[in-house]
Amino acid sequence: MNSKAIPTLRRLAAGEGRPISSCYGQIESAMIKQLLTHRIIPCLDVKDGRVVKGVHFLNLRDAGDPVEVAKQYEQDGADELVFLDISASHEGRQIMLDVVAKVAECCFMPFTVGGGIRTIDDAAALVKSGAEKVSINTAAVTNPQVIQQTAKRFGRCATVVNIDPKRVQRDGEMVFEVHTHGGRQSTGLEAVQWAQQVVEYGAGEIVLTSMDADGTQDGYDLEMTAAVAAAVDVPVVASGGCGGPEHIRDILVEGDADAALAATIFHYGQYSIGQTKRYLHDHGIPVRLTEA
Amino acid sequence: MIGVIDYQMGNLRSVLKAIEHVDAQAKVISQPSELDDIERLILPGVGAFGDGMANLKRLGFDAKIKSYIKSGRPMLGICLGMQLLFDSSDEDALSPASPVTGLSLLSGKVVRFEGHAYGRGKLKVPHMGWNTIQWDRDDPLLRGVPQQAAVYFVHCYYCVPDQPQATASAMTDYGTSICASLWRDNLWGTQFHPEKSQHIGLQMLANFAGI
Repeated sequence: MNSKAIPTLRRLAAGEGRPISSCYGQIESAMIKQLLTHRIIPCLDVKDGRVVKGVHFLNLRDAGDPVEVAKQYEQDGADELVFLDISASHEGRQIMLDVVAKVAECCFMPFTVGGGIRTIDDAAALVKSGAEKVSINTAAVTNPQVIQQTAKRFGRCATVVNIDPKRVQRDGEMVFEVHTHGGRQSTGLEAVQWAQQVVEYGAGEIVLTSMDADGTQDGYDLEMTAAVAAAVDVPVVASGGCGGPEHIRDILVEGDADAALAATIFHYGQYSIGQTKRYLHDHGIPVRLTEA
Repeated sequence: MIGVIDYQMGNLRSVLKAIEHVDAQAKVISQPSELDDIERLILPGVGAFGDGMANLKRLGFDAKIKSYIKSGRPMLGICLGMQLLFDSSDEDALSPASPVTGLSLLSGKVVRFEGHAYGRGKLKVPHMGWNTIQWDRDDPLLRGVPQQAAVYFVHCYYCVPDQPQATASAMTDYGTSICASLWRDNLWGTQFHPEKSQHIGLQMLANFAGI
């Protein structure tokens, strides 16, 4: 465990976290306006060209056409989009390239594409189709060279690594163990150390998905996110477990995430992006408001 | 016609589509000689300064861009494309004493974000996300864009002009006050990505098409 992460963990473990509403309180409100805003990022799982959302990565429900969904989110004020290609087939991945090209033609906002990137050629095909950033997950573990090659060719800023940890007991201690292959395979890697390692390889951003929280809508994993965010100097995007705007507030303030990713609450209309950002703004958190 | 230079530094599609979206015409420029026939020029770019400059030289764009600028026609550099307008960058430098040379169309250097205090936490690099811009010059590129408008940044290095007052046209704060956009004679630059900044960025591209 990185030493810098320990104070945050201790503070959380001892229940010494500052009251959430006052976390930004020490900063003048005028200054909040000028801080880099926290990004709110809808994530679209795409299978064979259609948006789906996995609950615990298993039960999939259809939520529409990715291009239409992307346009809607752009209108709603999403700060960025993430597309995760969960197609199992070669054909599915080819369709994804078309989807990416169509999104790039009609959406003037940043978007990241991940899922199934095994080689630098896979990454290059996505960038060529119009993806601004590519997100590497399983291959980051099995073939870390892909991170280095992507960073070298497209820059650190375009190179995102997905980390999917799960809480496991090891020698009587709880550790955040990194999993791959959609959560099915354990790696023996510990999340904080692995995060530092991928940054060394060239990752410019980390998307951290709690396998325990994913699909539950019970809230993000605050402890794990805070530990990783404290250990690296690249932005950390928290993912997994969002059930409402208050969870996003918690992960940005208590979990020290730079950005929050969510799917279900947005896809099924439980909360709009606008509502969510208004709530965060009202709680003193810097966000980009697009509505008057 | 707006020419968008293809010097093999990332994807041009989003820039081209954004220009088309504001009803202007754009074409990809892959040969230096094509610079003769265009009215406006965009130097986009994602990636490292050293690679960018090496590619411009290898493809023969460096000298041609300089003569284009001398002709008085407008040019806009986006992100790395703006950084390349300066004398030098610390990015890819073998040592701080020998920075990588740029196009030297503007005097100044490009340096990395380092060691700044920020908000209630630490400064994350890259500077990635939506940040607000402030300005006090009447830059035609920014017409119709409100003060404190949020635009999309993604970069690890930032430009430090030798003459900030006469060069920078908008500033943004990220631990330190940085040059978010610049305007000097017929040269414009944005550190942020107008093509990724939704309607605010599209407004700027429309402005550039009308300059």
